Amino acid sequence: MTAVAEQNAQWLELFTQQPAAEPWIQALREEAFARFSAQGFPTTHHEEWRFTNVAPVTKVARAARPADKPAAIPEQAKPHLAKYASLDHPFVALNTAFLHDVRVITVPRGATLEAPIEITYEGPAEGTAAHPRTLILVGANAQCTIVETYKGEGTYFTNAVTEIVVADSAVVDHYKIQQESLSAYHIATLQAAIGRSAAFSSHSISLGGALTRNDVNAVLSEGSDANINGLYIVNGTQHVDNHTAIDHAKPHATSHELYKGILDGQSHAVFNGKIIVRQDAQKTDSKQTNKNLVLSDDAVIDTKPELQIWADDVRCTHGATIGQLDSEMLFYLQSRGIGRKDARNLLIYAFAQDIVDRIKVQSLRDSLERTLFEKFHEHPE
Amino acid sequence: MSLLEIIDLRAKVGDREILKGINLTVKHGEVHAIMGPNGSGKSTLAGVLAGRELYEVTGGQVLLDGKDLLEMAPEDRAREGVFLAFQYPVEIPGVSNMYFLKAAVNQIRKHRGQEELDAMDFLNLVREKMQIMKMDQTLLNRPVNTGFSGGEKKRNEIFQMAVLEPKLAILDETDSGLDIDALRTVSGGVNAMRSPERGMIVVTHYQRLLNEIVPDYVHVLADGRLVKSGGKELALELEAGGYAALGIYDEEEAVGRV
Repeated sequence: MTAVAEQNAQWLELFTQQPAAEPWIQALREEAFARFSAQGFPTTHHEEWRFTNVAPVTKVARAARPADKPAAIPEQAKPHLAKYASLDHPFVALNTAFLHDVRVITVPRGATLEAPIEITYEGPAEGTAAHPRTLILVGANAQCTIVETYKGEGTYFTNAVTEIVVADSAVVDHYKIQQESLSAYHIATLQAAIGRSAAFSSHSISLGGALTRNDVNAVLSEGSDANINGLYIVNGTQHVDNHTAIDHAKPHATSHELYKGILDGQSHAVFNGKIIVRQDAQKTDSKQTNKNLVLSDDAVIDTKPELQIWADDVRCTHGATIGQLDSEMLFYLQSRGIGRKDARNLLIYAFAQDIVDRIKVQSLRDSLERTLFEKFHEHPE
Repeated sequence: MSLLEIIDLRAKVGDREILKGINLTVKHGEVHAIMGPNGSGKSTLAGVLAGRELYEVTGGQVLLDGKDLLEMAPEDRAREGVFLAFQYPVEIPGVSNMYFLKAAVNQIRKHRGQEELDAMDFLNLVREKMQIMKMDQTLLNRPVNTGFSGGEKKRNEIFQMAVLEPKLAILDETDSGLDIDALRTVSGGVNAMRSPERGMIVVTHYQRLLNEIVPDYVHVLADGRLVKSGGKELALELEAGGYAALGIYDEEEAVGRV
């Protein structure tokens, strides 16, 4: 108890050092802070955090620097900010307790944006934490593409929360490229509220970070469509944990989920895919796939589907695979004169190909292809 | 110097000895057929020559233009001019046929001290060879062998051979699963590649392929040894009398014999 009390006292000090904000923001912060204080950091005893030990993160997390100017959060955020991402997630609560700069993107009803909206978050200073917050409001019938990129240098902690509201019949493609430094900690929640007959896609690409935890949560309305894709490539002692939760709250919605991972060295990957089909959500069509390519003997993967189905007229499938490079494929390539190392790289690359193909932004696909190509070519035999 | 010299070659899979001393010489320009019942070691011989890891060579020597073939990694054998047309071509999802073949051509060209082909020259080369094999150009953009029919896969093998222009082509049961039209197309592709510099080993169970690709020599492989050699008429003899006329039995037939 003493340790917890001490921790809470430290947090309280940090919390109170923040410059005052408008009352509605202050109210959000205070509620979130109370929720965070009640929970504390999760341990591996929590089911949702069973395979991810955040102990190394906590030290850096406490070293946030208080902002030197008051928060500037636009009024239009008020009806939506912090209304979607749940404070039951301790890191969402922590992010909300330290709400400061919020990037708010509003796409008016009926607008079609050709060019992607790019948001780049540079990691904070060495040894400190940052709590990036993004709110994306897409009006009915609008179409847009959003690319969030996270990068940085050194040891730091990025604790990001993005809320997206996709109004009825809107079409939104969201990309998150996580290329943090290899000694950084990255914990992020993406919370999407998807309107009637709207289409939403999420592409979460995790390349960097010593420890990464992504939560992608989507709540679907009647007739909406969600494509939830992920690619994680880890090596050394990297740890990456992807939790997804797709909530079919209403009938006739579809969700397709494909997460692929490439693991080398002593890396550890976790995939937990939750699908909830509420009693009301008849005619749900949901498919979840997690495929892993393991390149070393020491890499570890924990993969778990978690289906909660309350409706009776639905189609839900799920599957997970863990495999190594196929020796017949390797031999076939070699027998045509392609060197073993190149053959190996080609097969690794091919494994990731269907995720790369789903990326509709050409420049992003090109740069990812280049990144993957370089990554695999640097790879020691 | 002979193109290929196989001297007392022995190989095993696990604890089972499959090749029990093979001797064979292939000169430049020659086409040798190797026939034999199921389980006689035909595919093992083809696999050992191409460097398949599954097999362990326990004795003997193989020389390609005087160079020790068994010392080389599979890719080096290919670069030196060995080509194996697979009995079961491997599907590789995610790798386009075009990308794969361009990588292979340029690796081999580099090894031969030739300049790498640019995209335009490569495309021209590929178009010409595709025409010979009566292949649909859309196959180029599809992943290697993925979703190809049996016939398309076999044609793709011979197409690759035409593009890579090997010194020594080994055809492992290329006729299996082909209807007569496809067999003629595939054989036509192979025959177009016969030349005074190139040697071929055609491994087959049946004589019908040898009506199309007429060999200079025919060898019968049984229980890991070449037990009989002759000219093309030996294949006809086998067709008439079956392997049993030579006192050789398929494992399945052996069961019936008891």
